[in-house]
Amino acid sequence: MLMISEFHPWLLLDARSLRATMQFLSTFVPPAHSAEFLSVVLQATWQTIAMATAGLTLALLAAIPLTLIMTQCLSISRLGTNRMSMPASLLRHSARWLLLLLRSVPELVWALLLVRIVGLGPTAGVLAIALTYTGMLGKVYAEILESSDAHAADTLLKNGNGRLTALLYGALPQASSELLSYTIYRWECAIRGSVVMGFVGAGGLGQRMDEAMKMLADDQVATILIMLILLVTGCDGISRLLRRHWT
Amino acid sequence: MNTPTPPTLRVSTVLVLAALLTLIITSFVSISLDWQPFFTQAAIHTTGEFLLGFAPPDVSPAFLHQVALATAETLAMSALGTLIAALLGIMLALPASGRLGAVARASTRMLLNALRSIPELVWASILLIAAGLGPFAGTLALAVHTMGVLGRLFADAIENGPTLPEASLRINGVSPLSAFFYASLPQTLPQIMSYTLYRWENNIRAAAILGIVGAGGLGQMLKYHLSLFQMHQAASVIVAMLLLVALVDATSFALRRHMTRL
Repeated sequence: MLMISEFHPWLLLDARSLRATMQFLSTFVPPAHSAEFLSVVLQATWQTIAMATAGLTLALLAAIPLTLIMTQCLSISRLGTNRMSMPASLLRHSARWLLLLLRSVPELVWALLLVRIVGLGPTAGVLAIALTYTGMLGKVYAEILESSDAHAADTLLKNGNGRLTALLYGALPQASSELLSYTIYRWECAIRGSVVMGFVGAGGLGQRMDEAMKMLADDQVATILIMLILLVTGCDGISRLLRRHWT
Repeated sequence: MNTPTPPTLRVSTVLVLAALLTLIITSFVSISLDWQPFFTQAAIHTTGEFLLGFAPPDVSPAFLHQVALATAETLAMSALGTLIAALLGIMLALPASGRLGAVARASTRMLLNALRSIPELVWASILLIAAGLGPFAGTLALAVHTMGVLGRLFADAIENGPTLPEASLRINGVSPLSAFFYASLPQTLPQIMSYTLYRWENNIRAAAILGIVGAGGLGQMLKYHLSLFQMHQAASVIVAMLLLVALVDATSFALRRHMTRL
């Protein structure tokens, strides 16, 4: 294992790499703080947040109908016999496989592919987040709905209500706080994900970071790193507040 | 017939909802999504061509051998990174759980937070300068980020554990360090193990893509072949990534079910 991962700690102490590192670190202080650069960083930060939010919203729009299709306790053909009819189970399984495929490809790989289709810029990042998170949200929503008490939804279905009514009045009220808190948690993850999207050219803080690294502008790297820590800590805080508000 | 009274709407809920809606709308407006590539005739054609270019994946034995090597590299990176992170994480959890005073606790927690907030990929791109291109930088990046995550989880586990055994040792004059090693650590060891395994699972997934900035493993191969427009090879690498992730998911699912049944 040590060999395969080319684990050579002594490389870190090699004179040349030490010199490069010291040079890099010495220009870290002071971080770049010209008004112009700060406004660029702030813009990139907003773009990161906007990418995550827009991506998650699109993912929600796709995941909710898929959840509706997938959730087993909303199946009407299952009532009484406890066996789903052939087309219903086929539909559920294909939705499941679609979600599995969507979330198995890492978001960065989606971004890498999408950048080649839609070109550089935040669109690729938004779509990459939307695709991966559709897979995650859909799967977890269905699991949450199925693990909550099915009695209310069952009764509604047995008395001739539609699936949508059963979901809204039977299944959703019990699971809503868990669903909300998971969605907010995922928003936090999407922010962290959209930070690194920039490394494949999909906009946001990551792209500024990549550029600064390539120009060896270490003071700019330092500023971006500080911004990154502030952003992630801030979003952690907001998500904790929101979750406490709703649960 | 009595109908239950409808729940009252809190002002704060309305405000939060309004804020969320504003956030979502401003996000969409400021990004100005570019849907063009999906809806014009020519664009659909080029997209289709791009996607068709992937088939069939390259399955020549020589190339598959390379993919297998990269997969092994990915696994080794994740395992080694997690191991280093767990060892250093326990060391940092000692001050972070308040065993060495409040000042040490606050400052260690701040350090752990900083390590944790910077994603692995960003660490990798910074560490490339010190460690050079290749899996070593990736291993270090995983180790540094995971150290932040695990250190915090370990510290929380130690703080939330029962305090009585350690307190009775301390009252009888045992030094804080020995009390920690003989009382707190053994009690939280199962939790520490399960957190470490969980992070390892995450790190395998992370290691697969770290290579995109040049830090070894499957990601580096993917980036390389995509940059050269060798789509068949890129397709094989993506399939290998999918299989690796699916295998890890299945293994962890099976293990978890096995362990919870016991």
